[in-house]
Amino acid sequence: MARRSTPGNIVTTTIDWAARWAQTQSMWPATFGLACCAIEMMATGTAHNDLARFGMEVFRASPRQADLMIVAGRVSQKMAPVLRQVYDQMPEPKWVISMGACASTGGMFNNYALVQGVDQVVPVDMYVPGCPPGPQSLMHGILTLQRQIMTGQKVSG
Amino acid sequence: MSEVTTDHAPEAEAPHPVIAPVVDRFPEARWEISDTEWLVDVDRAQLSDLAAACRDAGFEVCVDVTAVDWYRSRRPRFEVVVNLLSHQHRRRLRVTAGVPADDPTVPSLYPVYPGVNFPEREVYDLFGITFEGHPDMTRILMPDDWEGHPLRKDFSVGSVPVTFKESPEVI
Amino acid sequence: MDEASGRSVVSAEEQAETQYVEEWVSGTEVPDEMATDEGAQEMALTESGYRFREQLGAVVTDDYLYEEEVSEDERMIINMGPQHPSTHGVLRLQLELEGEMIKRCKPVIGYLHTGMEKTAETLTFMQGPTNVTRMDYLAPLHNELAFSLATEKLLGVEVPPRAAAIRVLMTELNRISSHLVALATNGMDIGAISMMMYGFRERELILAFFEKTTGLRMNHNYIRPGGVAADLPPGWRKDVATILKTIPARLGEYDDLLKENPIWLSRTQGVGVITAEECRAYGITGPILRGTGVDWDLRKVFPYSGIEQYEFDVPVGTQGDVYDRYRVRVEEITQSLRIVEQAAEMMPSGDFRVDDRKVTPPPRARIDESMEALIHHFKIFTEGFRPPPGEAYAAVESPRGELGCYLVSDGGGMPWRCHIRAPSFYNLQALPVMLAESMVADTIATIASLDPVMGDVDR
Repeated sequence: MARRSTPGNIVTTTIDWAARWAQTQSMWPATFGLACCAIEMMATGTAHNDLARFGMEVFRASPRQADLMIVAGRVSQKMAPVLRQVYDQMPEPKWVISMGACASTGGMFNNYALVQGVDQVVPVDMYVPGCPPGPQSLMHGILTLQRQIMTGQKVSG
Repeated sequence: MSEVTTDHAPEAEAPHPVIAPVVDRFPEARWEISDTEWLVDVDRAQLSDLAAACRDAGFEVCVDVTAVDWYRSRRPRFEVVVNLLSHQHRRRLRVTAGVPADDPTVPSLYPVYPGVNFPEREVYDLFGITFEGHPDMTRILMPDDWEGHPLRKDFSVGSVPVTFKESPEVI
Repeated sequence: MDEASGRSVVSAEEQAETQYVEEWVSGTEVPDEMATDEGAQEMALTESGYRFREQLGAVVTDDYLYEEEVSEDERMIINMGPQHPSTHGVLRLQLELEGEMIKRCKPVIGYLHTGMEKTAETLTFMQGPTNVTRMDYLAPLHNELAFSLATEKLLGVEVPPRAAAIRVLMTELNRISSHLVALATNGMDIGAISMMMYGFRERELILAFFEKTTGLRMNHNYIRPGGVAADLPPGWRKDVATILKTIPARLGEYDDLLKENPIWLSRTQGVGVITAEECRAYGITGPILRGTGVDWDLRKVFPYSGIEQYEFDVPVGTQGDVYDRYRVRVEEITQSLRIVEQAAEMMPSGDFRVDDRKVTPPPRARIDESMEALIHHFKIFTEGFRPPPGEAYAAVESPRGELGCYLVSDGGGMPWRCHIRAPSFYNLQALPVMLAESMVADTIATIASLDPVMGDVDR
């Protein structure tokens, strides 16, 4: 009996691959909405674009329960320490998506108030261009990040 | 700004009845009453009294408080701009008051209009003009330990050259 | 259980445990050898002996006995935000609590300060809308409109009727999309997740039209000094007709979900109350002011862009609570749909930007054939135009209230000073008034009903 049913139920893989696969398929983002991009991030999560298809619609209010931080919007000098603290509170492994021009480079606001690129504060894994990036752009960024985690090497585009 | 006229317009036509009592009470202020806009420029010492008189005349809302920095182009250097609004008369009045650079203080309008709490703090934060009598004259937008007042013209925009790190190889 | 005696059988171990606890509670137990600091241990026990007995159920205390003991020290200051899901961005609140009651509330802002007013001084008047459109990112077209109106006031330019009608059409659609987000987030904060899905679903409909017309879903830079950037796209009447047909039906769904929902009513009615006098004193405008029963709408009082030609009503509330503000927003969506319908019907033909060589670049076709036109185009977009020295204040009724733009020109190509009178900035001052002596849970409903946009507050 047992002999007959087992062959179909066994999959051989490496633990490493299985861990990566598990990590990609249920990423829980921390809500870190800052500005315009946050609205597009919310739009990505709602019915029309439905981020749930990729297993990551569960936006966590607490950074302790999240493993992905989507920095959606411009980061001011006053906000930068808060951003770093939220990042430090997230458990490993963790990833950061820098969403939009302002978070990536400061965007059109090259002035005293803004941090010129959130990569000065936290390590960034994926930059999503646009001002603001549409939901499709964000989803593309997320999927590329998942591919990056699966393959373990930097993927561009 | 040198030709300061003390009389309020040649008496071709009397000012609008809504504003007439205030004009009579502050004849030395520079009034510009036209069909489209009502403007007045007062000494900063009188700003609070004039605001109180305006409120009694029906301007019950203070819409906005801001400032302009006339760095090296006008004297006095700063100008505080107060926008008043009357719901009942459906009129706007813009009050300006010059503030010298060596003593940037203005009496606060907080006792007259409590709604100027945030905007006066904003002006203090960004221009360094202190409003005397304001209950909480602290920075509002910038971090507490920030040095300088960003909207002053001698404060640089603070742009930094953009550098692109780790640009991926073009595929 | 021993059935015969009717008493529970207590083992020796349990007896020892019970005795220990009794001794412990009464403070008569022999100090443990393990305890290093005997004195401190004893003191802690005597102080909290009553509390232990209460926890063990030996004594029962009614809550009211404690009320008199509340002193100043019982007050607790808790911090909400800046990273908090229901504060609509990066608003931070310091709440002073006495139990569940809010005694004092202080909003701390500036976490999204972008220095836009400084940046505006380095951009030409033509580039200005690019900057201001990112302030209130839920109503970008209103920002552009206020800036453009102020610039046109400085220039003394009158836009052609088609441009004015397009502006009205687009800003009213923008008002609908902004109010939809307000309703959606308000619903989500109180727990009506379906409202979130509904609101964003209908918003996509309007954003699709915006994308078609302006090229972007948000931050359009579409309304510019002298008119609009481009004419309406081919087939716009069909799109607008779809919006006009779909949204009223969907509004009915919202009413089914919320209007008489008992949970919604108890969470919103009588919560976050403000009076008309307080609104005037604090400079509060928009749906909050109208929720108190004042029919103050800049579109009626100081009309702009020819909006006086359109027929619409100003909805007002009576109580000034969260529920009234919700109703005002829903009614405003209906009224905006009326304006959109009229604008689409009576859309005049003609130019979509003013025929003034100083302000308007030459048409694309002319650039291909004429060198002068190319230079002219280049000059307008690099140097810009130079309005005469002066100052202008123009205000529009944004979804959040009076959105004003105060522009000062010194005769140069860039504004000497550009100040935006942001409605959310002033409306936020209402929060301490609304939250005084209310429950902590009402904070969320109240913030959501204010509908603050932090980009607008901090600029």
